[in-house]
This record gives sequence, structure tokens and C-alpha cells, in this order.
Amino acid sequence: MAGKASRAAFGEALIELGAADQRIVTLDADLSKSTMTGAFAKKFPDRAFDLGIAESGMIGVAAGLALTGHVPFACSFACFLAGRFETIRVSVAYTEAPVKLVGTHVGVAIGEDGYTQMGLEDVACLRSLPNIPIVQPADEIETRQAVAYAVEHPGPIYLRLTRQNLEPVHEASYRFRFGKADVLRPGHDVTVLATGGPVWFALEAARALAAEGIQAEIINVATIKPLDEETILRSAARTGHVVTVEDHSIHGGLGSAVAELLSEVMPTPLKRIGVTTFGESGDFKGLYAKHGLDAAGIAGTVRKFLAR
Amino acid sequence: MANPDVAKLETIAREGRVQILRMLTHAGSGHPGGSLSVIDILTDLYFNRLRLDPARPQWEDRDRFILSKGHCVPAQYYCMARTGFFPMDRLITLRKLGSPLQGHPDRVALPGIEAATGSLGQGISVAVGMALGLKLAGKGARVYCVLGDGETQEGQVWESLMSAPKLGAPNHHLDNLCVILDYNGIQLDGFVKKILDLEPVTDKLKAFGWPVLEVNGHDIAQVDKALDQAEATKGAPTFIVAHTVKGKGVSFMENDPEWHGKAPKPEEAVRAIREIVGEPQPAWAAPIVAELSALGKK
Repeated sequence: MAGKASRAAFGEALIELGAADQRIVTLDADLSKSTMTGAFAKKFPDRAFDLGIAESGMIGVAAGLALTGHVPFACSFACFLAGRFETIRVSVAYTEAPVKLVGTHVGVAIGEDGYTQMGLEDVACLRSLPNIPIVQPADEIETRQAVAYAVEHPGPIYLRLTRQNLEPVHEASYRFRFGKADVLRPGHDVTVLATGGPVWFALEAARALAAEGIQAEIINVATIKPLDEETILRSAARTGHVVTVEDHSIHGGLGSAVAELLSEVMPTPLKRIGVTTFGESGDFKGLYAKHGLDAAGIAGTVRKFLAR
Repeated sequence: MANPDVAKLETIAREGRVQILRMLTHAGSGHPGGSLSVIDILTDLYFNRLRLDPARPQWEDRDRFILSKGHCVPAQYYCMARTGFFPMDRLITLRKLGSPLQGHPDRVALPGIEAATGSLGQGISVAVGMALGLKLAGKGARVYCVLGDGETQEGQVWESLMSAPKLGAPNHHLDNLCVILDYNGIQLDGFVKKILDLEPVTDKLKAFGWPVLEVNGHDIAQVDKALDQAEATKGAPTFIVAHTVKGKGVSFMENDPEWHGKAPKPEEAVRAIREIVGEPQPAWAAPIVAELSALGKK
């Protein structure tokens, strides 16, 4: 695949932002080569801290830095951050320490490393905290703007980034707006709400479905929390069918958030696509196919859902 | 500080013990043992050491204090009220619905609290981050953190103990950080030695690169001298092992694990307070004794 991984776009954006804003510091737990903060550390060695393989301590130190006027980006694999949920819960969320949590290597898409390194429950965990927004950009241009937004966001925030390259889904003129979902392709038969890695595949699926006369509306939900209720409800009211797509556990992620919204406000038939098992080692393409996250999988689920 | 007025500080700490028991009795729950073991240390910090301005709790150049063993916050609430962060009469709202005096410290609810603690092991990491943050910002303020001994069984504590002596090097050594262990030897389930012994804790800390001082945590002059020494130490943070007695000052609470997390009944509190203040009973103690006696008759 061409395109750029959101972790790579994050690392580049951070250097640009860091050059202009002395408050920005990075914290890592021995994964700076993977979270892509390594280049920032080379450029600003006095503002980059590798805490060793000690994620809880790293998150706590980030809270202390945030409370003394800095803008700390605390970075690790999403699963290792979410694994220190209790530290995030108390030292960051309840304390209202404006830490920028960055979880990379999300989903089964990381492939060969297998389940232990896959961020599959991070959204479910962090979504339960009242004051941590969750942003998952879908391509390079959106990532750069989401990182810039994270710097300005007055409180803690969580950025969910991919290891794998992401094909562009936005034009160069695209402007990311926090809390807003964006309609990538209009349609009237079914609403497909996708986030992160699978967004491009959802667009591919829409092209295939269009050839069969099914017009799918593809919406990129970059801000998973708070959910853009207005855009989602407006589309669902028109199509009457909603499908969610995410490289995350089917429990507690985007699909659950949408189910909560629809069932309370406007009951609408819903189909959730996501990961229903533990992950496993394998190649990216094979895993996306297995979990129905590739274009064929998404198109197939939509067909079945509309025909039921 | 040079030549602290130890007698005055001891009087403040004695009243602190009384107010801790009063608060906990009104609340009907809480942690007397560790609050009584830490009050002498907190008295020296709040009344003789920390550069704070209660009128400006967010003052950028203030010293930071984090009670990592957050369950002993009644001791801190007393010190905060007495130094003017909030009125003394609010102390007995501890643990009541709507009170900013939460059962464990809440930074958002109560200005002057620097971090939410009580999930043990976390406060020291935040303190390390604050020490680093102040150094990076070129501030001269200091950071003090009090750890519990049971708390020190948490893995996260050792992550911070491992990182702090080297973090910030070479330009920003954390010599603005002082960690104090309230070593009272008792945790909820029993004696620390029996559950998960910390010993040899001083040797462990030295091996981790900390200059370590040992004091009697109830001897305010000794505590103060050690804090002076910590402040004078350059190039590394300092660790103070403060040997204390759980439930200190109340004979029937001292060294008894039962009193880790149980509030006294009003009649027990009155008995404890009479023991703390002695005879003749000072004028300030009389209304508190009367108030708690009345509470017992309700």
C-alpha cells in the first residue's frame, strides 16, 4: 500500500509543532522508534524522555509535566497505554492533567506481532472516562491536523494511530474539525460509519456496491468521543440502515457508541463490523479479510444486511 | 528552616491529631492510623517549609506537595485549613455529599490539592513529572511527596524510584524533589513485614541511586533538619525514611492494624482527644470534646 501511516504523520507533525511551541515534550516507554517520536527526540533532546519499559510511571510523569505547564505527548502501543488504565483514570482523567495520550499499533492490522501487541480494547477502556476525547484520524492530512488540535485541546485527549500505511481519503483542502464526522461519499441506501484504517476500505466497498445499485453513504468518524450525533442521526434518518466499521473489539468501540446513540434517540437497524475474537499473527491483508474489514468484507456485510 | 519554633509546631501537630479524630468521627469512616503517623511530617512541611500562597493556589512558583498515600488526607486537610486554603469549619464536611473534602484527594474539587491520589503508587510518578516540569521551566520551586510503606509495594513506585535519580540529566537533575516514606509498619491487612517486607529499604534506595536520610518522623526538629539537608543536596533527589508509629498519640490505636481504616466512635474519639491534649485541657479543645460528646448521645 502507498500512503502514510498515521504514526509517521504524527512524528513529522510533532517536529513542526515542537519547533514553534517549546511546551511540547515527548515521553516514551522504549518504543520511540515505533511510535515515531524518535526524530523529535533527535531534534529536541532536552524535551524528549524515554522512561524505559515502565508505562505507568511514564503516564504519571506526563501528568506532572502537564500540570507544570508543558504539553506532554505520552506515547506507546495502544494496548500498553490502555493496560495502564488505572493510572490514566486517576493521574490523568480525574486529576484533569492535560496529557496527550498517543496509542499506536492499533488493531489486527499490525499483523505478524500477534494479539499481545494489538490495540483492540483501548477505545472501550478510555471511552468510559468522562473527560478524555478519542480521535482516530484516517489518513496523513487528517493526522497532521489532529495532532495540532491535540496541542490546543485544553484537557487530556487520546490519539489512536496506525502502524500500517493509510491511503489518502481526503482532498488536500480538507479541514479536520474536532467532534465532527465528515461525509466522504454521499449515498441514500445505507450509512457506513468507519474510523481509522478501515475507512479507505469502506470507500472501496462503496464503489463496488454502487456498481450493483446500492448507494452507501461513507462517513469518516475521526472523533469517536464525543460522537458527532447530528451528522450520524441525519444520515441514519435518511438511509434507515447503519453499519459501523472499526479495527477494534466489537465491544465498547465506535459500534457500541453508535448503538447507544441510535437505541436511545432513533432506533435504527444496525450492523457492527469489528473484531469479535482475540487477534493473531498473520499478514495484514489476510487478517483484514478474516475479520471482514477489507472492501470485500464490508461490501458483503452491507449486502447481507440490506437483504435481510 | 534554620531554628524552627519546634514547640509551636508541636502544638499545631497536637491540634492536628485532635482535628483528624474529629473529622473522622463526623465522617464515620476513614483512616486514623496513617493520618496520625504522618501529621508531624505534614506540620513541618505546611507550617515551616512549603512556599505556598493559599490566596493563590495556582501560583506558578509555589512548592508542590503530593500525598501519594491519599487515604491519609485528613492530616493534609487540617494543614490546608489551618494555613488558610479553606475555613476550619469545613473540616467536618469530610466525606459528605457535595464537600470538596473527598475521601481521597481531588485536585479539581479542592484548590491546593496538586493531584488526585489514593490509587496507590501513582502520586510519586506525578511528583517526579512535576519536578522535571519545574526544572524544564527554570522554576526554583520544590516538590515534596509522601509515600506510604504499604504503598511502596506497588510496582509503579519502583518505576519512579528507578527513574528519578537519573531523569532530566545532564541539565535538569531532579534535586528539587524530596520523597518521604511514612514508615509506620502497618497496612490494612496487617504488618508490612509479614505481608510484603520492604527491608532492607534503605539499602534498596541507595542501590537505586538515592541519597537516603533516616529520621524519627515524630521528631519535628529531626524532620526539619533532614528537609534542610534535602534542599541543600545538589544533583539528585533525596529520600527520607521517616520511622513513625501508626496511630501515634492515641494509646489504644498505636501499632494496631485495626485502626488503619476504621473511624472512632464518638466516645472513643473523646477518650483519644483527652489523652492527646492532657490535663489541664486547653481552652480550644473544650468545644470539640463537647461537640463529639453530644454526637455520641444522638
